[in-house]
Amino acid sequence: MQHESEIREPLILGNKTYHQITEDIVRPIEGKASKYWYILLTISVICFLWGIACLAYTIGTGIGVWGSNNGVDWAFDITNFVWWIGIGHAGTLISAVLLLFRQKWRMAINRAAEAMTIFAVMCAAIFVLLHTGRPWLDYWLFPLPNQFGSLWVNFNSPLMWDVFAVSTYFSVSLVFWYTGLVPDFAMIRDRATKPFARKMYSILSFGWGGSARHWSRFEEVSLVLAGLSTPLVFSVHSIVSMDFATSIVPGWHTTIFPPYFVAGAVFSGFAMVLTLLIILRKIYNLENYITIKHIEYMNIVIIVTGSIVGVAYLTELFISWYSGVEYEQYAFLNRATGPYWWAYAAMMTCNVVSPQLFWSKKLRTNLTFTFIMSIIVNIGMWFERFVIIVPTLCRTFLPSTWNMYSPSFVDVGIYTGTIGMFFTFFLLFTRYFPVIAQAELKSILKSSGQEYKEKHAAQGHAAHH
Amino acid sequence: MSKAVIHAIFDDEEPMLATASSLHSKGIRIKDVFTPFPVHGLDAAIGLPRTRIAICAFIYGLTGLTLATLMMWYMMIADWPTDIGGKPSFAYYMNVPAFIPISFESTVLCAAHGMAITFYLRCWLLPGAKAKNPDPRTTDDKFMIVIETKEENKNNIESMLKTGGASEIHHK
Repeated sequence: MQHESEIREPLILGNKTYHQITEDIVRPIEGKASKYWYILLTISVICFLWGIACLAYTIGTGIGVWGSNNGVDWAFDITNFVWWIGIGHAGTLISAVLLLFRQKWRMAINRAAEAMTIFAVMCAAIFVLLHTGRPWLDYWLFPLPNQFGSLWVNFNSPLMWDVFAVSTYFSVSLVFWYTGLVPDFAMIRDRATKPFARKMYSILSFGWGGSARHWSRFEEVSLVLAGLSTPLVFSVHSIVSMDFATSIVPGWHTTIFPPYFVAGAVFSGFAMVLTLLIILRKIYNLENYITIKHIEYMNIVIIVTGSIVGVAYLTELFISWYSGVEYEQYAFLNRATGPYWWAYAAMMTCNVVSPQLFWSKKLRTNLTFTFIMSIIVNIGMWFERFVIIVPTLCRTFLPSTWNMYSPSFVDVGIYTGTIGMFFTFFLLFTRYFPVIAQAELKSILKSSGQEYKEKHAAQGHAAHH
Repeated sequence: MSKAVIHAIFDDEEPMLATASSLHSKGIRIKDVFTPFPVHGLDAAIGLPRTRIAICAFIYGLTGLTLATLMMWYMMIADWPTDIGGKPSFAYYMNVPAFIPISFESTVLCAAHGMAITFYLRCWLLPGAKAKNPDPRTTDDKFMIVIETKEENKNNIESMLKTGGASEIHHK
């Protein structure tokens, strides 16, 4: 058995046994859903349906119903795409990178974070698939033999890299998530009393039994998938950033984009994980598993990535001045002082200034403050993508193409719809799926559980005297 | 000579691990152990060989890399070379920097999915497959050692399991 230093705070609070962990994790699934769950689900479904209506209107009429125009031809679509993809990155970071670094605190949060990844990437996919204008021809994105010659897709283009990166990212994340879920589904199956639930969880659990051979392969698969997902997650947002960086548009044509986008993605993703988990631990009484210490660890990641993002903003400003290229200089001057200065100001305040408040231990261990901050960070990161796209495109090389942009109700509707879809899926997930990887959690109970740690400490003291 | 199957249930993983280890060192073959979570050190204790699934993943990854390379070489260089933005596609080595992202993604895609499929098939974990654990409590908080032995050794092994801390012993 592994031992852990007494100085480290316990990751599982209270006097838990293996059976108690089982009971705590299945309670939301076997019990009745709370009133809050129904209220939240109703709101989410209404937003989702409104989004579907706007989506249908867009497909039926064409993307002329959006606010995008000849100058600003990327606007809400790509802003939202990058925002959602970025949010997804925290899930993979928690489950893969923290696994490679053997960070045990990931175990209470990785399942929900990975679910968030999958739903966020689905939301992102809606925007890219729709922004092509004729979504029924989206199969053109894949290198399929065709009647035009065959005229193939352009593998030199970052937009093509994006197709491969995002689809690989989605499918690999899904497999990683599902493989982790299998033992937990088996646990629910083995204690289900209702025949329908038993049947469903029996199908979902693939017949898992927890044999020693299977566990040994399972662990190897998790480790290798983590090893593959780690460079994958960095590649995805790097490639998303290259959609901009390989163009010659001033303000986009910068080599800092890949690391800056990846840091921003992790930053906004952790903020979204916090938003979701602070609600989750409250309504499902998971305070003993998702502890204040877990929240504090995530807030520390937010300070680090938020500071990287801040440094990137300042570097961009410095380089544009230092380059001596007047178009570059104008692009940044225009972002900060042009017609969309308020978006730039919102971005700077939310992303650079506000996370620095987490240097105070009192603030980063305060739930209400963390919850508000997590929303502020997500607003800030949305504005970051907006600032990169809209103010840049509304003032490019030719003044005759200068145009202002304001979203139409359809733009806002589809965005609201994806938020509705995200929360609908997440709420259904919390109701029917085990939200904490209980098998993994049981494996650290004896090294990181509060009761066991206290017992060890007491024994240690007795031995010294 | 009939065979006996013994199912020994433990309430905790530490006595289970010690018992399994001592049985194995006495040369008694442990057929399987069912646990609610991965117990570290169990593989070595019951003499399981290390899984080769990571080697499969490496081979699948190489396959993915090869497929992507062949696909991009055929489509961009051999079949229909196009001059895009003043950057003609004359030879694979000239274009290769632009092909790195997709080569990488394809490697990861094939390695991850190939390994996952191998894992599910090798363990025969499929939708609708019958639950493999003989006792449903082993996914909650119980640990079960399964031993297949000759009828004459049964009593000896059972007494070893009992002294090791087994809370229940069943026969099949």
